[in-house]
Amino acid sequence: MLARLYRSLYRIRRVEEEVARAYPTDKIKSPVHLSIGQEAVSVGVCAALRPTDVVFGTYRGHALYLAKGGDLNAMVAELYGKATGCARGKGGSMHLVDTAAGVMGTSAVVGTTIANAAGYAYALKTRRSDAVVVSFFGDGASEEGVFAETLNFASLKSLPVLFVCENNGYAIHTSQAKRQGRPDIAARAEAYGIPAERLDGNDVVGLLERTRTVLSGMRALGGPHFFEVKTYRLREHVGPGRDFALGYRAEAEAEPWVTNDPVQKLAARLPAGERVAIEQEVEAEVAAAFAFAEASPFPAAGELMTDIYQEAGDALACR
Amino acid sequence: MPSPAVKPPRPAPKTDRTLSFVDAVREAAELEMARDPNVIVFGLDVDDPKAIQGTTRGLPERFGPERCFGTPLSEDAMTGAAIGMALAGLRPVHVHIRMDFLLLAMNQLLNVAAKSRYMYGGRVNVPLVVRAMIGKSWGQGAQHSQGLHGMFMHVPGIKVVAPATPYDAKGCLAAAVRDDNPVLYVEHRLLHFTKGPVPEAAYTVEPGKARVTRRGADVTLVGISSMQVECLRAAAYLADVGIEAEVIDPIWLSPLDMDTICESVERTGRLIVVDTAWTNCGAAAEITAQVAERLQGIRDLRLKRMGFAPTTCPTAPNLEDLFYPNARTVAAAARDLVEDVKTGWLPAERADLKSIEFKGPF
Repeated sequence: MLARLYRSLYRIRRVEEEVARAYPTDKIKSPVHLSIGQEAVSVGVCAALRPTDVVFGTYRGHALYLAKGGDLNAMVAELYGKATGCARGKGGSMHLVDTAAGVMGTSAVVGTTIANAAGYAYALKTRRSDAVVVSFFGDGASEEGVFAETLNFASLKSLPVLFVCENNGYAIHTSQAKRQGRPDIAARAEAYGIPAERLDGNDVVGLLERTRTVLSGMRALGGPHFFEVKTYRLREHVGPGRDFALGYRAEAEAEPWVTNDPVQKLAARLPAGERVAIEQEVEAEVAAAFAFAEASPFPAAGELMTDIYQEAGDALACR
Repeated sequence: MPSPAVKPPRPAPKTDRTLSFVDAVREAAELEMARDPNVIVFGLDVDDPKAIQGTTRGLPERFGPERCFGTPLSEDAMTGAAIGMALAGLRPVHVHIRMDFLLLAMNQLLNVAAKSRYMYGGRVNVPLVVRAMIGKSWGQGAQHSQGLHGMFMHVPGIKVVAPATPYDAKGCLAAAVRDDNPVLYVEHRLLHFTKGPVPEAAYTVEPGKARVTRRGADVTLVGISSMQVECLRAAAYLADVGIEAEVIDPIWLSPLDMDTICESVERTGRLIVVDTAWTNCGAAAEITAQVAERLQGIRDLRLKRMGFAPTTCPTAPNLEDLFYPNARTVAAAARDLVEDVKTGWLPAERADLKSIEFKGPF
């Protein structure tokens, strides 16, 4: 289990470091919201999911997409705007999708997919499926009306949706304390009758175990559940760099998160030989993904006007 | 672009059966729900005693509360949830008793529903129908009277339909439900209790086809939604003074059948588009602009748009009358256009051509 978690964490970290490295070449003409520092939330939760479970996420969605099994080549190609991308080069970093892997989409508008996740869960419930939906969103989304509206609906209909609030403490450059009268997001879920708990976003093993327990209850009994997961974004809101020089947060604030970086922590718990083997495999895979993206063609001009509507006879695109 | 070939008007439906618009909508929903277990209907008050003017009556009883249910007052989340259901393969019909309430759900409708297929590279569909009703008269006022269909026509990825007859109400709703794309289905509350021929079996009125509802050589009147009724009445007033109007119902506003409209205007040289909405940047502006683009240099044109007065809808009955076009004002404008002078003519109201009356309270 530790090896599997480490592979996923290390792979996401390295992909995003490569995105940051390649970014100054301007080949990635897409805003990128890096998950660096927050990967363990997606990795821990998604490690407890089945392939048939479904996730919805946000524009900071690279980690979620990869943790849920989204295709790496297709993601990097999407960032490069290539025809082989997961959205055929037409969505970019903020609209990652891999329906085969259960990644049902990510939105550039804060809070938007929370309700989409609840609706998907409603559909699963009508089919008597034991699959669940996990809705990932940030602390900022909890200020949107759609958050409250969706919690009520999920509670009312006892929907099989696990809400995961990735609380990194900032909406762009504004701290949670400057935005929320009562910065206790889990309590708001409890107010709707949804069992809620606060978890450590760096404890990847704890997240996996807790998710596993919660989901087995949800699959058997239905009903939503809520995680408020405290985490920290180490890079700037959007873009490849660091932003402590902006002055809205002190670098000292990041220190405990760096010290407890789950990638390093987990690495230290693996036998050296096993760790190195994983890292070498991942490095090769990541290099191949960037080479694939570089070598892939841009979409044909005719793609500009395709997929605006489903036309009669069109099949859904799949990888 | 195909050349605008002359198309005969589609034949009137052959049936002796008469149904109201409300019952046509209800029947289409019932037939579609029976045909496809993925079709579900929900929205504020769909299961209350009034059943959305009767359009959802009996659906909860026949199909159960899982497939037809009333929702919390949460338009934004319920629209987002409808999209999620559609992504999972359900075919939701989300009902809004007021079109004005769509403004609470614009993010989901235009940023998500309309764009998902494109921005996810053709990997998902959102087969969602949004039913929205335009109110009029009895003091509906500022926030219960708006015709916002033009805003949706502006955005690629969502279709827009505004049926004007019970026949089209049934066929368009079936087509919308079976369409794999999001469709905004616009209803006008004054049309709800109009009656007309409606075949019993299921059928569809497919996107992108207008209907010529009256033949004439002198002026083309395009009437949208309830203004289709006013245009047909205007044609009767015009016939009294020897002017033959051709009347077209676009039915589907997106995709829009410009071939049929342009073919008509190429013959008549005169066009009035009458909308149950403001004219600025709306359906009337779009239709008029497309006609001008296609026929400039080919035909000498006289064009006019009619719609809401460029102000917020008032509640005082006298002001409300001035706010909307009606059969007589449309006829007057058409005669001026045909004769190319300000005639000052306004036909005396004929008892058989009175506008639809609406009694409140709401």
